[in-house]
Amino acid sequence: MFGIYLKRELGRRKKAALVIALGLALGIALVITVNSVSAGMTQAQDKVLKSLYGLGTDMTVTKARSAPTSGSSGRPNFQFDANSNDSDDTQSSDRVMTQGGQALASSVVTKVSQQSGVASAVGALTLNVTKVDGSFTQGKAQSSGGNTGNGGQGGPGGGSSGSTAAPQVQGGGANFDVNSYSVAGVDVTDQTLGPLAGSKITTGKTFTAAQTDAKVAVVSKAYAKENSLKVGGTLKISGTKYTIIGIATPDSSESTTDVYLPLKQAQTLADAKNQVTTIYVKASDSKQIDSVKSAIQKNISGTTVTTSADLAETVSGSLSTASNLATSVGKWLSIAVLVAAFLVAALLTSSAVSRRVREFGTLKALGWPSRRVTRQVVGESIVNGLLGGALGIGLGLAAAYAVTMISPKLTAQLGNTGGGGGAGGPGGGGPGQQATQNTMEIALTAPVSMTTIALAVGLAVTGGLIAGAMGGWRASRMRPADALRSVS
Amino acid sequence: MYRLTGVTKRYSRGKETVEALRGVDLTIEDGDQLVIQGPTGGGKSTLLQMIGGLDRPTEGSVELDGVDLAKISEARLTRLRAEKIGIIFQSFNLIPTLTAQENVETALVPLGVKPAERRERAAEALRSVGLGERLTHAPAELSGGQQQRVAIARALVKKPKVLLADEPTGNLDESMRDEIMALLEGLWHEYGLTFILVTHDSSIARRAPRLATIKAGQLTLTEQSLAQG
Repeated sequence: MFGIYLKRELGRRKKAALVIALGLALGIALVITVNSVSAGMTQAQDKVLKSLYGLGTDMTVTKARSAPTSGSSGRPNFQFDANSNDSDDTQSSDRVMTQGGQALASSVVTKVSQQSGVASAVGALTLNVTKVDGSFTQGKAQSSGGNTGNGGQGGPGGGSSGSTAAPQVQGGGANFDVNSYSVAGVDVTDQTLGPLAGSKITTGKTFTAAQTDAKVAVVSKAYAKENSLKVGGTLKISGTKYTIIGIATPDSSESTTDVYLPLKQAQTLADAKNQVTTIYVKASDSKQIDSVKSAIQKNISGTTVTTSADLAETVSGSLSTASNLATSVGKWLSIAVLVAAFLVAALLTSSAVSRRVREFGTLKALGWPSRRVTRQVVGESIVNGLLGGALGIGLGLAAAYAVTMISPKLTAQLGNTGGGGGAGGPGGGGPGQQATQNTMEIALTAPVSMTTIALAVGLAVTGGLIAGAMGGWRASRMRPADALRSVS
Repeated sequence: MYRLTGVTKRYSRGKETVEALRGVDLTIEDGDQLVIQGPTGGGKSTLLQMIGGLDRPTEGSVELDGVDLAKISEARLTRLRAEKIGIIFQSFNLIPTLTAQENVETALVPLGVKPAERRERAAEALRSVGLGERLTHAPAELSGGQQQRVAIARALVKKPKVLLADEPTGNLDESMRDEIMALLEGLWHEYGLTFILVTHDSSIARRAPRLATIKAGQLTLTEQSLAQG
């Protein structure tokens, strides 16, 4: 009787049932959308962090760059010869500088790996290579009196001085190309952590454990494409030729490293023997990250330990804005719509019960206990709620699917002022204490998890129960005598 | 057997207190028929509610077979209504979404009768009131007289001890009124019910062996043995 009665009543009040279900559906759809977009934001942030950290890294250890000593500007310095003859030979100069903070001794890596709660630690040396190549063209000295003398060498700024009879230098100049790229020295004995961990070797192969000091290189896909580099080819850095053995494609859309070398080779290039700039750390338990961070900071003075959570706080740009919107405005909007939907459902159910005074009064007069009448009302409300839940899940899935299909592009700016001593990620801290930022473009997706679906079903049942409780309470208060009093 | 002693019922209407029943004393033997008559607002329906256990008196006692309906728990009173009292309403009070058979079944639901038996008994009750061919019809598909027959079948399907009827012919035309009254009186005789009927209709009142007239909450009882026949 319960099922038949319920089915018939819902069939009779289709419009009211639909209004209640739609209200709940709207709230539930919003919750699913906000939840899935939030999950998408989290995934996007993870991608950003992973691209910088590499897979499996829980934290990095760096050392803030100290202020430059007097007499040292810290800026790159290039030296070119002023050719004595009329030559246009190309000259090239590479300037290799460590990036990402002050160098740490390699022994610190061992010290970090010995800290309690540390599963593994590897060091990496991040370099910035600025390559300047080009040539000078000599100027020609011409006499104002028409005599052409042998003028002195003059650069583009070379001018004349002295008497009006002195020859003037005309023409000449310089044509130089500047190319800057990043190089990471990788511990080839453990590549599960470190700069290469966030990339896959899509062509060729990666370093072998034996190539600790081999003149081999892995280049990023983007850098290889830009410079027409191929596996088997060579790459010249600061006079040293490296054989390209692999092309690495980052897991996320962008990588901050262009060239990967064995750590020792990178140390030689930068004249930084037994030094690293970043130590990548994996904790043995992800729940102990904070305590591991504290232990490292306490036991190894002068280091800056940056966890994923620290780095996440430095994310700015549209990803950060959207994430904040999803977690604040989206959350409160969902709650407001849900509360309104619950309220409307409760009021409509209560109103429907009021219109059925004679019906429920009659059932009570026939001997139906209040709990049976209440159960009938609650049952109808729960079915309404589930109907709303099903509609809401459908709407929410459609909205999440639409977001994923559209894949709006969000930018994430991650970084901070290097050298100042604040939290510095592996990408933080550029040469000359300039502010550096890594800007990445991430496509937003809206994954819907089973937890979100379960939450939606839970909300639907809750909505039905709230409405049913309100209606049931009214129904239970009705007296059987009302059946006699209420005459249509 | 019913025994009402000093039954008083007061209602509050704002600041005003209305006394619907004033110290009513009444005894109704098993198998008796009693017609309650009186002007609108005189207390007829209130008295029927007390007798049917639909409401409780402010003062006094309403005993059915020695059980005071004014004092037992709500659960017990509900159970007593389900088992012993059949009620027929002026407006039929059928559930509009249920079929005739399902409406009759609703009276058996609180008794815990199994669905198959419930369906069978409901069908039998409807056949006994001449609606064997209308089992699957919704109330809206039935005439007023047929709807009241469904209500009668619903009241009798549980084989009650008492049948209460509140203006059962109030919404019917004259020919239908006679038909329904003939049916009720036939069933009263057939089942040996205690039959208590509230009516405005003097022609019905005249046919009853006992007539209780209630005015301003006070009851006057008239034996009408000659009225029968």
